[in-house]
Amino acid sequence: MASDKPPMPATATGVGERPRRKSLLDRHKIIETNATLLLILSFLVVTIGGLVQIVPLFYLDNTIEKVEGMRPYTPLELTGRDIYVREGCYTCHSQMIRPMRDEVERYGHYSLAAESMYDHPFQWGSKRTGPDLARVGGRYSDDWHVDHFRDPQSVVPESVMPKYDQLERTLIDGRHVGDLVSTHAFLGTPYSDEMIASARADFAAQADPESDYDGLLERYGETVNVRNFDGAPGVSEADALIAYMQMLGTLVDFSTFTPDASR
Amino acid sequence: MSTNKDDLDYETTGHEWDGIQEYNKPMPRWWLWTFYVTIVWAIGYSIAYPAWPLINGATAGVLGYSTRAEVAKDIAAVDAANAAINARLEEAELTAIAEEPELLTYANNAGAAVFRTWCAQCHGSGAAGAQAGGYPNLLDDDWLWGGDIAAIHETISYGIRNEENDNARYSEMPAFGRDELLEDEQIAQVVNYVMSLSGTPQDASMVEAGAEVFEAECAACHGEDGTGDRFQGAPNLTDAIWLYGGSYEDLTETVVNSRFGVMPAWEGRLSEAQIRAVATYVHGLGGGEDAPAE
Repeated sequence: MASDKPPMPATATGVGERPRRKSLLDRHKIIETNATLLLILSFLVVTIGGLVQIVPLFYLDNTIEKVEGMRPYTPLELTGRDIYVREGCYTCHSQMIRPMRDEVERYGHYSLAAESMYDHPFQWGSKRTGPDLARVGGRYSDDWHVDHFRDPQSVVPESVMPKYDQLERTLIDGRHVGDLVSTHAFLGTPYSDEMIASARADFAAQADPESDYDGLLERYGETVNVRNFDGAPGVSEADALIAYMQMLGTLVDFSTFTPDASR
Repeated sequence: MSTNKDDLDYETTGHEWDGIQEYNKPMPRWWLWTFYVTIVWAIGYSIAYPAWPLINGATAGVLGYSTRAEVAKDIAAVDAANAAINARLEEAELTAIAEEPELLTYANNAGAAVFRTWCAQCHGSGAAGAQAGGYPNLLDDDWLWGGDIAAIHETISYGIRNEENDNARYSEMPAFGRDELLEDEQIAQVVNYVMSLSGTPQDASMVEAGAEVFEAECAACHGEDGTGDRFQGAPNLTDAIWLYGGSYEDLTETVVNSRFGVMPAWEGRLSEAQIRAVATYVHGLGGGEDAPAE
């Protein structure tokens, strides 16, 4: 130990030599020697910083933009969305077109916050091994989606996407879809009691163009796709996922949308 | 434990905890000043750009920057740069595009970019389609709905059998087996006949009977000689090019359940100039036909 060297005064801050007067800043030793106090004060600083960043997002008008056309997901689409989450599609696909020319040219109009308003949780993603899917709806035919889920390389040889051929083989009966819809209602999506009560019927009707789907259209709007998405009998997971794919990004009519530059 | 002599001489801050002393080694001055500069920069930045949340909005920043305005400006700049040639492309007769070298070069390059972005997923990045998968090859001279540039332009604009565009090309082959329009034997016969049109039937003895079935049920769309009808999108059955496979099993499946593809409409998604560019590109891939004589 260098004990024969005269130690510096305890008030030194470690940043070269300083005037040796007792100021408020010199009292940091109190904080440094009290672990609990240090913890409490650190927490306080982080809390204030966090609040300043997050709280305004909940009340500022220019972060909450109202757009026409948004509707809650139909029960079949919501099921497809659950399959999307279950299969981890978000690990390779984003659903967030950023406001940059190259993205707008490739994927379509940049995403609006309101377009994710019924997403619990949102699927913006942060990784694009595959393309962005925010506006994939209507871009390909149902047949293409069936072929592509079954064997992506059969239509896009360069693709590294795994096969999801089990989806079309897994039939689902929507027995829990009412619970799913009511959970989303609990989370704040405006599903009416009628929508919850008829969830299972709507679930089956959307995948069967032969069925009586007037109620479905009445509840969710005329633009809902009613098709046998996978082209095979019964409602499969592929039906649900393709129903979800085919409506992504199609709800807002951008020919009537005027962006507010201040947002 | 060896101890560096320099360390022994080094002054300490005087801090001592449990006999451990702290050397007085301040941050390098260059580092410290860089740090101060970043603080000053941050203040300037938050004045220049949108930053601080207030009660009714956030500070807009004195530079008036907005991501939305920025992307709109970027797009407008590119549109403006191409405005003249895009206008020429939109005004030109479709058949005349190929006669103007400058316009043709532009249309081919722009069209190739559009194709790779919007068309390649189904038709392949080389436009060879997925033969036997139902995604037509655009390189050959076999066209379902017509291969002159006006027909290609119409197909791209409105699509085929989609629900979104009222002008979409539309036709559907009946499901002869599923809907019980033909007996199984009749289907076997007609499949053999169709195979005989372009090659070898599986069972030559059925061909003659198949010809009768064909004339009664199929000729209205596919033509009496089986060469198809582009007005209805009915494929030519004599050219040995099969969109869904030409084996006995594949053809039986087609006749029993019927098959038809769907193509989205690009009107609305793409600009008219983009559609004309990609039509020109596809027309020039090898199979493009001259406009039909008036």
